[in-house]
Amino acid sequence: MSNPKELRYSKEHEWLSAAEDGVSTVGITEHAANALGDVVFVQLPEVGDSVSAGETCGELESTKSVSDLYSPVSGEVTEVNEDVVNDPSLVNSAPFEGGWLFKVRISDEPADLLSADEYTAFSAG
Amino acid sequence: MSSTGELRHTALDALHRSLGATMTDFAGWDMPLRYGSERDEHIAVRTKAGLFDLSHMGEITVTGPQAATLLDFALVGNIGGVKPGRARYTMICRPDGGILDDLIVYRLGETEYMVVANASNAQVVLDALTERAAGFDAEVRDDRDAYALIAVQGPESPGILKSLTDADLDGLKYYAGLPGTVAGVPALIARTGYTGEDGFELFVKPEHAVELWQGLTKAGEGVGLVPCGLSCRDTLRLEAGMPLYGHELSTSLTPFDAGLGRVVKFEKEGDFVGREALREAAARAEQNPPRVLVGLVAEGRRVPRAGYAVVAGGEVIGEVTSGAPSPTLGKPIAMAYVDATHATPGSAGVGVDIRGSHEPYEVVALPFYKRQK
Repeated sequence: MSNPKELRYSKEHEWLSAAEDGVSTVGITEHAANALGDVVFVQLPEVGDSVSAGETCGELESTKSVSDLYSPVSGEVTEVNEDVVNDPSLVNSAPFEGGWLFKVRISDEPADLLSADEYTAFSAG
Repeated sequence: MSSTGELRHTALDALHRSLGATMTDFAGWDMPLRYGSERDEHIAVRTKAGLFDLSHMGEITVTGPQAATLLDFALVGNIGGVKPGRARYTMICRPDGGILDDLIVYRLGETEYMVVANASNAQVVLDALTERAAGFDAEVRDDRDAYALIAVQGPESPGILKSLTDADLDGLKYYAGLPGTVAGVPALIARTGYTGEDGFELFVKPEHAVELWQGLTKAGEGVGLVPCGLSCRDTLRLEAGMPLYGHELSTSLTPFDAGLGRVVKFEKEGDFVGREALREAAARAEQNPPRVLVGLVAEGRRVPRAGYAVVAGGEVIGEVTSGAPSPTLGKPIAMAYVDATHATPGSAGVGVDIRGSHEPYEVVALPFYKRQK
């Protein structure tokens, strides 16, 4: 399992892309998707919602459990991935690509986001 | 996900790891949860075949001239009436009628039975049977370490097994078991599956488990056999409407409360543990119907979980006992105990409280899925 180098990661297993015009994309990592098992339902924040770093902003349901979705940063949601709402299995099949979850205009980010190498070590431990 | 205690491992442990299984702590055993996608495993069992390690189940052998008499006293079913080579679904209850476990009892010979208990209850059942055996000319033997248990389930399973055994599988009915040789190893071949599909359970010595697993895997190569974990086993049995101890069954329910009063055989000879309390439970259920176990099918996509409240008109009318997304129906489903007034299929206005939001559900008769024969 390889974690893309260009992304940053939270300890809650979200990834965050580099910002373009102040907007970053958020998803969950392959490690998290594997741990969940088959994802069957996602509840995402709505466009215009304010999200806060480390706080819940949605839900991910798998066969066995329901997990909270946390936002890795604070800001305003600018877009949500309707494809993944319609086909939650994208979270499993393409967690770093087509299975992205939402985009956020960042107002603040925590200091403890991890690099790919740091996250790889963190999620292995 | 796993606790840190000393977990027991089955004879197939190394094989599961080599197959990349995600393991989970189940009743003190480190068991495969899934090998890849649990949805794919589920569908394989419904359409082709799946291979399961069920070695955590608890086998208890009861032998001796009074083995049948002992089991008739200790369990609620008519065990003396089971013919050699056949099996019966039954329960062991407390003196107050509460269900200690649900069991499958195989009559292996005139004076030999094998009782198969749920992994989580194996010690409780062993202790109860041992205690209840006092005064009977019968021996209760802990055989948990004597067997590995491998199940092959799904429409392709008879063909797979036939290629590996000379045993008369066509003569082996549902709820029966016969000794034979499979893939060169001696096995008790049973047909008492828990998935809603045709299938077989193979009780073998632990030292033969890997050889048997590999033989089945090879025989199933061309027909889509895949290894399957406990996760899909749970969704398969849920679709099949089969109760699971700890979910639909518990010590706080009698068989009558669980809608399974038919397993209690008052007409059998002699006393049995729980008879008096169960008589009362039967009368109570007759006069004042208890909550009824029903199926619920979601209109939306949010999944009900065990313990969630079932609601109607803002009132709590029941509780979900098991819930999961159903791969076969493509919708979340659940089993739930609900008040009799809301138990009729099609009852209007029933919902499940999913973390504060009342999601609409349709009340349906169980099972959700029945295979075409």
